[in-house]
Amino acid sequence: MSSLGSDAPGPVTLEAGDIARDADALERTWRDQPGFWGWLCTVDHKSIGRRYVVTAFAMFLAGGIEAALMRTQLARPENAFLGADRYNQIFTTHGTTMMFLFAVPMMTAMGLYFVPLMVGARSVAFPRLNAFGYWTYCVGIGLLYVALLTNHAPDTGWFAYVPLSETLYAPGHRVDVWAQLVTFTEIAALCAAVNIIVTVFKMRAPGMSVDRIPLFVWAQLVVAFMIVFAMPAVAAGSTLMLAADRAIHMQWFIPARGGDALLWQHIFWFFGHPEVYIIFLPALGMVTPIVETFCRRPVVGYGAIVMANIATAFFAFGLWVHHMFATPLPELGESLFTAASLVIAIPTAVQIFCWIATMWTGRPRLTVPMLFVLGFLFTFINGGITGVMLASVPFDRQAHDTFFVVAHLHYVLIGGAVMPLFAGLYFWFPKFTGRLLGDGLGKWHFWLFLIGTNVTFFPMHILGLDGMPRRIYTYLASTGWGPLNLLASIGAATLAVSVVLFLINVVRSWVAGANAGADPWGAPGLEWAVASPPPPYNFVHAPVVSSAHPLWETSGALPVVTGLRTDRREILITTTFDARPDARHSSPHGSFWPFYLALCMGVVFIGSIFRPYWVLIGTALSCIGLFGWGWESSRPIERERVAMPNGPVVERT
Amino acid sequence: MHSIFAPASPEAAAVTRLWWWMFGAGLIIWLGVATVAVRAALAKSGDASRDVIRDTPTVTRRAGRIVIAAVLATAIVLAAVLVYSFAVGHALAQHDADRLVIEVTGHRWWWEVRYSSADPTKLVTTANEIHVPVGVPIHLRLASDDVIHSFWAPNLNGKSDLIPGYRSALWFRADTPGVYRGQCAEFCGLAHAKMAFFVVAQPKAEYNAWLAKTSQPAEPPTDAEAARGDTVFMRNGCPLCHRIAGTDAGGAAAPDLTHVAARRTLAAGVLDNTPENLARWIFDPSVIKPGARMPAFHLSAADMRALVAYLETLK
Repeated sequence: MSSLGSDAPGPVTLEAGDIARDADALERTWRDQPGFWGWLCTVDHKSIGRRYVVTAFAMFLAGGIEAALMRTQLARPENAFLGADRYNQIFTTHGTTMMFLFAVPMMTAMGLYFVPLMVGARSVAFPRLNAFGYWTYCVGIGLLYVALLTNHAPDTGWFAYVPLSETLYAPGHRVDVWAQLVTFTEIAALCAAVNIIVTVFKMRAPGMSVDRIPLFVWAQLVVAFMIVFAMPAVAAGSTLMLAADRAIHMQWFIPARGGDALLWQHIFWFFGHPEVYIIFLPALGMVTPIVETFCRRPVVGYGAIVMANIATAFFAFGLWVHHMFATPLPELGESLFTAASLVIAIPTAVQIFCWIATMWTGRPRLTVPMLFVLGFLFTFINGGITGVMLASVPFDRQAHDTFFVVAHLHYVLIGGAVMPLFAGLYFWFPKFTGRLLGDGLGKWHFWLFLIGTNVTFFPMHILGLDGMPRRIYTYLASTGWGPLNLLASIGAATLAVSVVLFLINVVRSWVAGANAGADPWGAPGLEWAVASPPPPYNFVHAPVVSSAHPLWETSGALPVVTGLRTDRREILITTTFDARPDARHSSPHGSFWPFYLALCMGVVFIGSIFRPYWVLIGTALSCIGLFGWGWESSRPIERERVAMPNGPVVERT
Repeated sequence: MHSIFAPASPEAAAVTRLWWWMFGAGLIIWLGVATVAVRAALAKSGDASRDVIRDTPTVTRRAGRIVIAAVLATAIVLAAVLVYSFAVGHALAQHDADRLVIEVTGHRWWWEVRYSSADPTKLVTTANEIHVPVGVPIHLRLASDDVIHSFWAPNLNGKSDLIPGYRSALWFRADTPGVYRGQCAEFCGLAHAKMAFFVVAQPKAEYNAWLAKTSQPAEPPTDAEAARGDTVFMRNGCPLCHRIAGTDAGGAAAPDLTHVAARRTLAAGVLDNTPENLARWIFDPSVIKPGARMPAFHLSAADMRALVAYLETLK
């Protein structure tokens, strides 16, 4: 341990008075400025993470309302509730919201809130970039929902296939709204990804070598790399190609002028398939600590789960063509993608079997988070099995673009992402708020959600095999699809009730829930070592860890290292693999410029929909913001190599 | 009527068989994993101790072995799916040289169907209804005139996309006579939901009779009402889009009406083909099929009656 500092004097014990004094000083240094200005300018990863989670959940509700409208329209044949035009806008907005505005931001938001806490850091690596990403995301939401409420929402599907989305077939600005919305969410996701990568690589607690990184953090790290590789594809496709086709006639995708209508599908799905795993892997990352905590044992196969995450990320980039099996591509090429689509089931199976083995060898307690984990297993495995079926080219030619695929993708995304997310929200709600979510309402929520999901989506398998295509706003009574559609709509109503129960639970518990304390579950992760909700500086002193389950390895207080200044915002930089203390680095204070720059981005991209010159105006305005941002950064750099004056010490609490 | 569960061709039957095998395997796997998970979750529910369990090397090794065995079992099932799927896919890719070629072009939002012939006077063009002889391999040549559509008749074979700039194909051999419904499966805009078609599989003789009749031009109207309807048709701009062989109407932007009265449905499977429905359709197509590109013709009652009478003669 003494190797952590240059000439460390050996372990000493900190007195409670010293700790309290440091905590006071840190509180003054790290807290936000008071009032609205402080709220607007905050760069605290917890404030932004919490805002991100709440906003993304609001988007889940918005997407859910859209789903309810669709299910109402489809409840009976030839229903006149919505009409074709509204329906097309709503199904496009539903898909776009759930994929771009709920699922990905929600998963990165959980990462931005918890990764620093889980790795024992004071903040994220780039706090202002974090704020910028959040505000950019908000501008995107504003764009899509103003468009929806003014009847200008995109109406060509969340995949915006060309040539349907070209000006010839989609005049007006609806598709432009979609193309630019994608740009905003891609930028936000990239900001989050870069932040998570650097935070995990350079800011882990001393001693947290790569084999001790919590599995949720591993999942976030792997997904951050996936974002870095996947998102530029769709950002280029939607902004440089589709929007440019529409605005300045670049003719990338117009066959009559030498463009290629299939090229878009390659670009979109090269992003679109990894996107599914970008949503799904962090959710699996949430499952692991929950299973560990409620089975009272470390997970079986830590190394296997890490490798499974990496393998999934790798294969996820090699199966986009399975979204295009009905297009005229060569059979041999398609069969390669069949094989890849089947292979990717293996790493996921590894994770599932590891959790079941953990439960088997542990002492499971059926708390609400654990129930949601079981719900996830039942629902997700169903979706995984239909996924294997869809990897078969001959079967996919039948099922592709039918309600069978709608059923499959909802089993995967609700089962594989939303259920683990709910498990995670029940598990970590005490950390966000200091209070426990109610158990009784939680169980009602779980059972109604599980039943609702299956009643809604199971019949859709049969509808698809009975010939019902996707994205149709109505159907004739003579098709015979009426009864099962009505059943699915009843299931959707059940889902709506269960989500309302969850909201009631959240509000009630937030106001008057049972106090949670720092660690209500006896969980192993570092995030449970700090108060709930955590103070602005997270940890008074950087914890030192010697296992992947630090709170289970130490009885009493964690060992810590001291030496970071308390009167200035300072973070501890550690080495990438071994997490040895390497340097101290300054961390920025609250700043107005992230918000300002996000607005300038809005001017550039939203303005470009209407008149090209807005790009110039927005860019000029951005220059002011970049200057201000740079001016703040140009204060003397307080980076110092090594030098932890007081080596490892034990904190007495 | 349209379902993969009632295959009417060897192609669809092979896929349905593949489906049932995969369904059975999937069901067994789901039941197995769910049972083990429930058992694992409930087995020690009475044990309230909150101490953290420390593994002995034996437990770790045993758990590891069980996980590896389960993963291997998964891999074996996946390999079986892979091989079976390739076998079916390979069989579906083998085609007879002796075949009937039919060209199908997707339009927003209807299907143009053309039968080629060595005799240029015997070319047949129709819409939204594909007649095929039973037992003869059919090769559909697919193309799109505007956006991407997808041709799907589940009882006969899987779907194939119609992509502008690309040529695609679909093969099937209808072995059971019948009328099989299909529908566009790729989202193609406002009326995507209302772009259906029918494949009519008939015994060879019946098919030949249909083809012979359909290759004839339209008969001139014989009664006065229909003759007046002909005039209404010609004067209201209908020929700009529609063609009626044997008359001056030669438009190519909309369905060929030479034998419109012989078809089962109107507006790509949206309406039964009755005189009332025909009149409703002409009066305001976009009410029945939002987005329909045919304008409304608010004709007088007398003109409408005459026009419908004329169109009804086009058997």
